[in-house]
Amino acid sequence: MTSVLVKDLTLKFGALTVLDNLNIDIPEGEFLVLLGASGCGKSTLLNCIAGLLDVTDGEIHINDRNVTWEEPSGRGIGMVFQSYALYPQMTVEGNLSFGLKNARMAKAEIKQRVARAAEILQIEPLLHRKPAALSGGQRQRVAIGRALVRDVDVFLFDEPLSNLDAKLRADLRVEIKRLHHNLKNTMIYVTHDQVEAMTLADRIAIMKGGIIQQLDTPTEIYNRPRNKYVAGFIGSPEINFFEGEVEQGTFATGGERFSLEGYAFQGAATAGAAWLGIRPEHIVSGGSAKDLPVTAEVTVDIVEPMGSDTLAWATLAGVPLRIRMDGQAAVSTGDRILIGFDPARASLFDKTTEERL
Amino acid sequence: MVDAVIPRGPKPRPRFSRTNIMLYGTLIVVAAYYALPLYVMIVTSLKGMPEIRIGNIFAPPVEVTYQPWVKAWSEACTGINCEGLSRGFWNSVQILIPSVILSIAIASVNGYALANWKFKGSEVFFTILIVGAFIPYQVMLYPLVIILREMGLYGNIWGLVLVHTIFGMPILTLLFRNYFTSVPEELFKAARVDGAGFWGIYFRIMLPMSLPIFVVAIILQVTGIWNDFLFGVIYTKPADYPMTVQLNNIVNSVQGVKEYNVNMAATLLTGLVPLIIYFASGKLFVRGIAAGAVKG
Repeated sequence: MTSVLVKDLTLKFGALTVLDNLNIDIPEGEFLVLLGASGCGKSTLLNCIAGLLDVTDGEIHINDRNVTWEEPSGRGIGMVFQSYALYPQMTVEGNLSFGLKNARMAKAEIKQRVARAAEILQIEPLLHRKPAALSGGQRQRVAIGRALVRDVDVFLFDEPLSNLDAKLRADLRVEIKRLHHNLKNTMIYVTHDQVEAMTLADRIAIMKGGIIQQLDTPTEIYNRPRNKYVAGFIGSPEINFFEGEVEQGTFATGGERFSLEGYAFQGAATAGAAWLGIRPEHIVSGGSAKDLPVTAEVTVDIVEPMGSDTLAWATLAGVPLRIRMDGQAAVSTGDRILIGFDPARASLFDKTTEERL
Repeated sequence: MVDAVIPRGPKPRPRFSRTNIMLYGTLIVVAAYYALPLYVMIVTSLKGMPEIRIGNIFAPPVEVTYQPWVKAWSEACTGINCEGLSRGFWNSVQILIPSVILSIAIASVNGYALANWKFKGSEVFFTILIVGAFIPYQVMLYPLVIILREMGLYGNIWGLVLVHTIFGMPILTLLFRNYFTSVPEELFKAARVDGAGFWGIYFRIMLPMSLPIFVVAIILQVTGIWNDFLFGVIYTKPADYPMTVQLNNIVNSVQGVKEYNVNMAATLLTGLVPLIIYFASGKLFVRGIAAGAVKG
């Protein structure tokens, strides 16, 4: 069953088009992440779904009901904001029950729902505190609770973890995942953090300039990015790009010629100008490199040890090359090393359209 | 050889450094400059007329008398009326309370609507309102007389209340709008998702959060309206004259002896209300002003 349906959604602020004829169909229980750089329209889209912004054109359906003209409170959504947006003068209990009181719910029912949400989120000892007396993680939990008590069909998260420090972010990320697993609600989650997107999402929608670039599972987006923007956006350290020509099963670039043996073209293999992208973690170095279809010998320029792995910088075909190596790899600046990669793991994009070949 | 002092811990700061002498010296001079007239007024108001005629205005009273204060409050004459300032005081209170409440209530809702419920043309409306703050009062005096006359409010306390409410609008709306703009927008969004409407968000979310700015508004209005002379003298009848107008009539009366001690006491009595407001709420006032300033 479709939970949220966005149909031909367009939003303009004057002459500026923020969202351009957008269509998304989100099945019930899915965790969808809207991912993109700032200003790509992801938060705007979420605000449109929430009803906090009037759309210029198009429709929004939630649970097969057209809610395009509904007030935010009448849409069956709960929203969690980046700055928590807790009402500072109310206690945690007051924050949780505010929406229910507005809906004129019976007192006993309010109490029961607040107790249940507090139990799920483990904030029972905090119920009589004010937000100012809570830590960042606790505040965000209360903010999630505020959506939880209203028993909504769809949860909307607007960068909920961006204000937390790295360790807390990782903890709460797991908690949100667990929450989704237990509640099985539809969740739409906006973030610019690709780790959050990859770990949480059933599907990711990568947005740029108000247009969805690719809407797919995390694995598909990582392995088979549909265009050059998606390939460059997902993955850290960033993917390596080579500019060159596809000709007769090979890729020629800067005096080098890489074999394309094993590469799965979208259609028939076409010759012409193209980009070749290969992720730093798919470049193999050392003994096993020599058996791969593409090999080269490079000089290491800079080494960045990160503990779990080591990032080495070299130059190949006149372009800086990132190579992700094992954390224990004995490599230092100036070393000559043999590297190789499997073209099946690379991505080719047309030079002009930047679409996947 | 002198023992070298090893720098360690807090850096020693001499109490009588050149900077300190300059700083405190300037402060003392400026403070004295402002406090001296007040001193003269208090001292004079406690002297009897014979003592004043000697002419030492800085000398403390030899014989302290509270008679000038009593006279200023309950016996001083304005025209044929000899009830003292007390009548003007109660008139001022009657004008002040509704004016302050009405102007702040309307302006805060105005500011809230302009900050959070932007409508088509709201920016233009706001600009017009702000421009209103720069139009000199004198231009509007006569038209307002006609408007009040047509409304049947001329010469009535409520007419003056209306005038004060109108003239407080631009600055107060600006004050409230800027404050509400500094409240995070997400809070407002969250309240909308929680099903609160225009008034629900105003009363339950915004009002409890804006105590400092309300204090600032109250101070501005109380002192402004209490000190007003122009509107009071134009839009009310002698029986309803506010304290400031009555003070002027007492001080500027041309008949009889000039009773400097009574005049001083009357002036101090009139200035007491704003003075008390400043002393009681000075800290809150600064905090409110600063809160608006830092967050935009």
